[in-house]
This record gives sequence, structure tokens and C-alpha cells, in this order.
Amino acid sequence: MAEDIKAKLENYHTAPFDTRFPNQNQTKNCWVNYVDYHRCQNALTAKGADTTPCEWYRRVYTSLCPMAWINSVIHE
Amino acid sequence: MAYPLQLGLQDATSPVMQELIHIHDHTLMIALLVSTMVFYTILTTVTTKLTNKNMLDSEGIQTIWTIAPGLILILIAMPSLRVLYMMDEVNNPHLTVKTIGHQWYWSYEYTDYKNLEFDSYMIPTQDLIPGQFRLLETDHRMVVPTDSPVRMLITAHDVIHSWAVPTLGVKMDAIPGRLNQTTFVVSHPAVFYGQCSEICGANHSFMPISVEAIPLIHFEDSSTSMLAKI
Repeated sequence: MAEDIKAKLENYHTAPFDTRFPNQNQTKNCWVNYVDYHRCQNALTAKGADTTPCEWYRRVYTSLCPMAWINSVIHE
Repeated sequence: MAYPLQLGLQDATSPVMQELIHIHDHTLMIALLVSTMVFYTILTTVTTKLTNKNMLDSEGIQTIWTIAPGLILILIAMPSLRVLYMMDEVNNPHLTVKTIGHQWYWSYEYTDYKNLEFDSYMIPTQDLIPGQFRLLETDHRMVVPTDSPVRMLITAHDVIHSWAVPTLGVKMDAIPGRLNQTTFVVSHPAVFYGQCSEICGANHSFMPISVEAIPLIHFEDSSTSMLAKI
């Protein structure tokens, strides 16, 4: 499992097609991946486990979300 | 790009635009044929010397002129729906580019690997060098590779704008708080121009879009050099 995620991260080009968001409006896609990254970080750090799987969500939300949106959330 | 005295659509540089031009020509031809036929019929009806005061109904012709338009509409709908579904096909993009509309310039972000971000302002007319196009040139172009599905995510910072490049067959509104997705594939290397397509204030006509498509092998060099500049 850990090898799979590492392979996936190494072969990452851009956010793949997400069947949950097949249409024009991708706002939710950006939001969901951002939230999932932080949830994953919190959950795995609480368990004391390796947080590499969370990297996937970070790559996807970085690809999708405008930098201004990410920065404004951080500064709030 | 657009040229003087242009009447039709710009030449296609993406497969989708190619199809759109094809159905446009097909539908326009049908419209012209129908209009010509109707005009001729009215002309002959109005100028004829023949009169028949006893003609009351004629079911035959009424059936024909109900069925025939129906068939014509099916003839128009079939290619139209085919292209509509073709545009919606799932394609795993090779690259994601975000564009944010501002008053009055576009900014582009390439964040798949490193965080590359730059603004694209129109070059004012007095600063153009000979050979450049008035109101279309920008200081930094959006660079994309050819033959690669590119995902565009379009949004705005302040008011509604619209990102359009006619030759690629792309037009998508840039709405604050919303991320609109469209994809395109560029067929050959060239520079393409577009203009903001939603009224956004004083300089709405002066925030053009300029896309440069380069062969894939050169694309990485271009991104690296852009990153180094910033």
C-alpha cells in the first residue's frame, strides 16, 4: 500500500479526472481535496503514523486551487 | 487569429473547434437553403396571375410540410449532439493551468510541480514593436504543449470576466468564487489570441489573452526558464 502511494506520487502529472466532479464546476473538487489533506494529516499524526498518503491530497489541491484561495484560508 | 474583413470563424487549431466549424457550416447551409426556398415561394405566390377561389384544404402538402421540417431538424440535431458529447468526454489531462481574471489583466498559475505564477498585461499601443498586433499582444504569454490535453481552471478575482480563445473553440466565464473547468488540445505550434468576453469595467477591451503552443519536448525548457525568471 505504501509502495503504491509512493509510485502514484512519483508518476503524478496533474489532478486526474474525479468521477465525483464530472462537470464544469470544480470548486467543490478543490475544497474537498484541501479538507481531506488536513483531515488526513490530523488523523495520521494523532495515530503517530507516516503521513505520506496525505501528500496525494496536497498535490491535487495545489493543482486545482488558485494560490490566492489557499493563501487567504491560511491567513484567516 | 482574426484578420481584416473576416466573415466566418477563425481557422481551427483544436479538434473540437474543427468539429464546431463543420456543424456550423452544415447548419448554416441548411438555414440558407430553407430561407432561399421560402423567399422563392413567397415571391412566386405574391406575383402569380393564377387564382383559385375554391381551394379549401390539402392534406397532402400539409403532411409534407410537417414531416420535412422535422427531418431537417433531426439532420441538424444529430451532429450537434455528437459534438456536444464529444466535448464532454473524459480525458485525463497532462497539465492543469489556472487563469484568474482581474481588472484588467489575466494571471496564470502552473502549480502541478513548482508554483509558477505570472500576470499577463496587454502591451499598450505606443509600446508595440512593428509586426505586433494592436490590442492583442501581452507581455507574458500562457505557454502550453501541443498534442496534450490541457485542463483550464478559470476563475476571477473581482468581477465576472470571460476567458476566450476562438481558434481553440474555448470560451468560459471567469466568476469570482467559482472554478470553471474546460479542456482543449492544441494541434500545432503557434500563437493564439483571444479577448475578455464579459463586460468588466473601463478596460474590458484591453485585457487580451495570448496563448503560445510549443512542441512538448520544448515545453519543460520553457517552464524551467520562466521559473528562473521569477
